[in-house]
Amino acid sequence: MGVNAGAAASTPQPPKRSATGAKVVTITSGKGGVGKTTTTANIGVALARINQRVVLIDADIGLRNLDIVMGLENRIVYDLVDVIEGRCKLRQAMIKHKQLPELYLIPAAQTRDKSAVSPADMIKIADQLRPEVDFIIIDCPAGIERGFRNAVAPADEVLIVTNPEISAVRDADRIIGLLEAENKGPAHLVLNRVKPEMIRKGEMLSPEDVTDILAIKLIGIVPEDETVVSASNSGTPLAFLDNSRAGTAYRNIARRLMGEQVPFMQLDDNTGFRKRIARLFGSGQNS
Amino acid sequence: MSDINIAIKGVKDGLLITLDEEAEWGAVTADLASRLDEKSAFFAGASVTLDLGERPVAKDQMSGVKALLERRGMLLHAVTSASMTSLDAASALDLRAHNLAAVEPEPEQPAFGSELPYNSEEDGMIGVLIRRTLRSGKTVTSRGHVVILGDVNPGSEIVAVGDVIVWGKLRGRVHAGCEGDEQAVVCALDMQPTQLRIAGYIAISPSDKRRKPKPETALIRDRQIVVDEWTG
Repeated sequence: MGVNAGAAASTPQPPKRSATGAKVVTITSGKGGVGKTTTTANIGVALARINQRVVLIDADIGLRNLDIVMGLENRIVYDLVDVIEGRCKLRQAMIKHKQLPELYLIPAAQTRDKSAVSPADMIKIADQLRPEVDFIIIDCPAGIERGFRNAVAPADEVLIVTNPEISAVRDADRIIGLLEAENKGPAHLVLNRVKPEMIRKGEMLSPEDVTDILAIKLIGIVPEDETVVSASNSGTPLAFLDNSRAGTAYRNIARRLMGEQVPFMQLDDNTGFRKRIARLFGSGQNS
Repeated sequence: MSDINIAIKGVKDGLLITLDEEAEWGAVTADLASRLDEKSAFFAGASVTLDLGERPVAKDQMSGVKALLERRGMLLHAVTSASMTSLDAASALDLRAHNLAAVEPEPEQPAFGSELPYNSEEDGMIGVLIRRTLRSGKTVTSRGHVVILGDVNPGSEIVAVGDVIVWGKLRGRVHAGCEGDEQAVVCALDMQPTQLRIAGYIAISPSDKRRKPKPETALIRDRQIVVDEWTG
């Protein structure tokens, strides 16, 4: 099934490395549970697979998850707060990924809270990393308080993850307003957990409905994919799987972050997703 | 009594009463009472904004004036003052408190050049122009009119003493004529507010998904909010 647009991502490409230092990308959303951590992990893997040097930073102090999704939980020795409070060198807190040698994770502290980190600390850490890598991707906690301010402080670019539902879009709108107030724009939108079949029936907001309200540019549309759950549990982000539509969507986002023009995947084609649904409900009138 | 300065002026949303800043408080209130009694029928039912200037007025003095007005069928709803004591007293009595010191020094003068001719319709009501989209969580309040060049997204709110004009999509909450002006209107290029209020009336948008966006005006007619096509 649909590997059309993503095929290029899996073929080796000449390394395009930044000469001027890393781009800092913060992944945020306002609302919890829309897929920030999954998006961070997958974009990180996708970028590393096209030969980018990537550091992921989990800024969700006290509720760390990114290490689990990346399958690196058992390798944690030092964390972000250890670096900030001087208990270790930055390098020591960077956990190298198992398969991708140029993908690193700086995990969050689990026993502390957001107040252990300040926006200035985040800027300092990002500036220290900039000369060493191509991308620094920060996983922002839910909410609009200290954790959010920490995560966006060093950002060169902000990706806002939302789901096609009104409450998530409302929170995304609030976040965009806050970013505008701090001159952190323009942010880009990742529309996650899209179900083409529900959009077709008018039961779910379409990408057009969402961008109509938020008025920012889409950088990715990720279809709902139940293998996300098993991928998270097993610590193997979907962006590793070449035959996953969600994985392909994340790889496309990574390529767009590199400045490539990648067309959006056809969501409601008859080859994969929709055909299966149609079969489930007794096809015919559906196609 | 003649050396006590009291000005009673009709403004768009009621009466503006400016009280002497210097004279003894008891004399001022006595003079106010007699001035009002001269035309009690004329003033009855008016909504009053009290301008106290620099004078610090304590809460019990303030509630005294409020009662004085209420006995004559008038409602004190706002206080303008440069004194924090007066403003705190007003807030404590649930009155709208406008800080004179924070606003322009001469609120009765139009902000633009005084050589410009203006008529009474343009006088008195200020406005605010916002050239961007109001996003969720943003609130705009104004003593005058509000004009938005952009959208008003769901989760945002506009509260204005005067009219609200949205050159864009109106999807948030909006309250025009929030101090009781039933002549206030709300205009938008696409009228779909979460909730719309004019003076004391409340309306919500019908959930018609197939509607075509068109410029519309909401106003009060026959004691309810109606929405007309915007004809200017």
